[in-house]
Amino acid sequence: MASSTPIDTPPVPPVQRKRARPKASGRAGDKIFLGLSRGSGILLLVIMASIAVFLTYRATLAVSKDEGNFFTTLDWNPVGDKPVFGIAVLLFGTIVSSIIAMAIAVPIAVGIALFISHYAPRKLAAPLAYVVDLLAAVPSIVYGIWGALFLVPYLEGLNLWLDQFFGWTYVLEKTEVGVARSLFTVGILLAIMILPIVTSVSREVFLQVPKMNEEAALALGATRWEVIRLSVLPFGRSGVISASMLGLGRALGETMAVATVLSPSFVISAHVLNPGGGTFAQNIAAKFDEADQFGRDALIASGLVLFILTLLVNGAARLIIARRKEYSGANA
Amino acid sequence: MKLQRKNRLRATALGALAVSSALVLTACGSDNNSGGDTGGSSEKTSAASNIKCDDAKGQLLASGSSAQKNAMDLWVKDYMAGCKGVEINYKSSSSGEGIIAFNQGTVGFAGSDSALKPEEVADSKKICKTGQGINLPMVGGPIAIGFHLEGVDSLTLDAPTLAKIFNNKIKKWNDPAIAKLNDGAKLPDKAIQAFHRSEDSGTTQNLGKYLAATAPNDWKYEPEKKWPAPGGQAASGSAGVAAQVKQVDGSIGYFELSYASSQSISTVDINTGGSTPVKASSENASKAIAAAKIKGTGKDLALDLDYTTKAEGAYPIVLVTYEVVCDTGNKAETLPTVKSFLNYTASDEGQKVLTDAGYAPIPTEINAKVRETIASLS
Repeated sequence: MASSTPIDTPPVPPVQRKRARPKASGRAGDKIFLGLSRGSGILLLVIMASIAVFLTYRATLAVSKDEGNFFTTLDWNPVGDKPVFGIAVLLFGTIVSSIIAMAIAVPIAVGIALFISHYAPRKLAAPLAYVVDLLAAVPSIVYGIWGALFLVPYLEGLNLWLDQFFGWTYVLEKTEVGVARSLFTVGILLAIMILPIVTSVSREVFLQVPKMNEEAALALGATRWEVIRLSVLPFGRSGVISASMLGLGRALGETMAVATVLSPSFVISAHVLNPGGGTFAQNIAAKFDEADQFGRDALIASGLVLFILTLLVNGAARLIIARRKEYSGANA
Repeated sequence: MKLQRKNRLRATALGALAVSSALVLTACGSDNNSGGDTGGSSEKTSAASNIKCDDAKGQLLASGSSAQKNAMDLWVKDYMAGCKGVEINYKSSSSGEGIIAFNQGTVGFAGSDSALKPEEVADSKKICKTGQGINLPMVGGPIAIGFHLEGVDSLTLDAPTLAKIFNNKIKKWNDPAIAKLNDGAKLPDKAIQAFHRSEDSGTTQNLGKYLAATAPNDWKYEPEKKWPAPGGQAASGSAGVAAQVKQVDGSIGYFELSYASSQSISTVDINTGGSTPVKASSENASKAIAAAKIKGTGKDLALDLDYTTKAEGAYPIVLVTYEVVCDTGNKAETLPTVKSFLNYTASDEGQKVLTDAGYAPIPTEINAKVRETIASLS
């Protein structure tokens, strides 16, 4: 990654030098701008590299002394002579809560985006889009407080209902008493938090569907729903995927809202309605204050795993989009 | 297409940067903001008139237990109001960090939830050139067991029942074990929701010590800072646990008494085996601490708390936090300030501050020894 920018920037200067030579004033401006933009690019890579080095160095210090298995131990106790800690619970909790969030948020977001772009009267569409964007402006700690004080008490009824009628799915069976401070609740909260970004990106994509495609479908006698199915959705698919991945990135790293709502425990349970579980960011936020130097290194090690996980997710998303683009590009 | 790929790669890097810088920012944030805000309140006039400043001067750094933070804040404010030109900065982090800082010689004294371990004493000999680190009990406090149960205002429990509730063996409020201790109370057929601290905590450790000492058959975990038992729900900080207990019907949790009184949460009376169950209060906690024996040798005043005490009106779930100093060989430049400040905190006036803040004063007999020791520090 570090090598990509140095490779594609050098070809630029020679071209500019040749053309800019006659005009002295233009040359200075060009030079300054080139320097600034190149500097910003390099600065980004330097910051990125130093973070990666810092994380890796501190993580190695901790992991090398871990008496348990860093990947499978179901415990987090990096103190004393025999420090034991593992990321299994955190990895599980992070992924499960994000999947729940995606499963709830993406269909709703696509629905809102379609409504705004294709159904709503213009008078309603603009304010509605504005309200959705406004959701993104709320700080996550506010979501957390709202979740803990409002959502958690009111979700208890829904939890009982899910347990009663969908308990047979095992996943939605509630086996432990306790208020709804569960991965499921966290998933709902995360869904609300990622809704605005998924919605606004999807909306932009749907608005860019070539009018000709839609009109062609209409001319063939398609109903509104058929127009959307035949022309809008196929065109917007890659956009929706990249919107979802942006949302997923936020869900994976969300800290304060999760830390406020979840009742953390170091247990892996597929019963998502039970209180318990944990996520990387939540665990770091919760444990950092009381941790000693070694405990902090251990937390940093878990942070490194989240860092890598996010990189992988982003990379995977980009692969998917790259493939889709070629397909939908033919449409455009 | 190629160009686009590169752009994507860059965007990935950008995303990763955002994630990682967020991480680092969180880290720095929690690291730095815990101390520091105690300074600069010198113009406030104080009622504390008997503070003897002696030769105290300059800046004194201290660090350690967050359990005594509220007491320290009050003391530091009063002391600095009384002794102009002295600046005391107590960084509330954790006992472990305080002791590490003390053994590196960066602080004048450390605050700790538990007495120095033998290896920590050995380490301290490097800093205290002629002596070693000693523990001075300074702040006591009751750990209240708060509960919230509609229709029940007072509740009595004993150690084995408490242990079984907290390790998920007793699951209902109308369990015969609870009913037996509460004659006539209308206990509902409701699930018990036990809350504990989600992060490492001295409060957890002290509750663990109490349960392990008084109910060894039902509580078989090492008293550690991390919550050891299965089941139950977790919340962050004493404030978080108290908030959950306040909110959830059928809940029970533990926190320092001040959290219970400030939010009017009912607290459990403890049946110690004495004639009547004991309420959680500063006074009752002091009585239990009075039953402690001094286990430290020489000038060390580490206490061996008697959790099984049946003394009349002694509330047994207590924690005692210490100030750690060198018996001899304290740094010459901070020694007068340390002595003068600790003299104040151990004085009647200083100890009275504790009761008002929800802590418990150290009983007179032990306190007399503490004062004696402070006077002899060199």
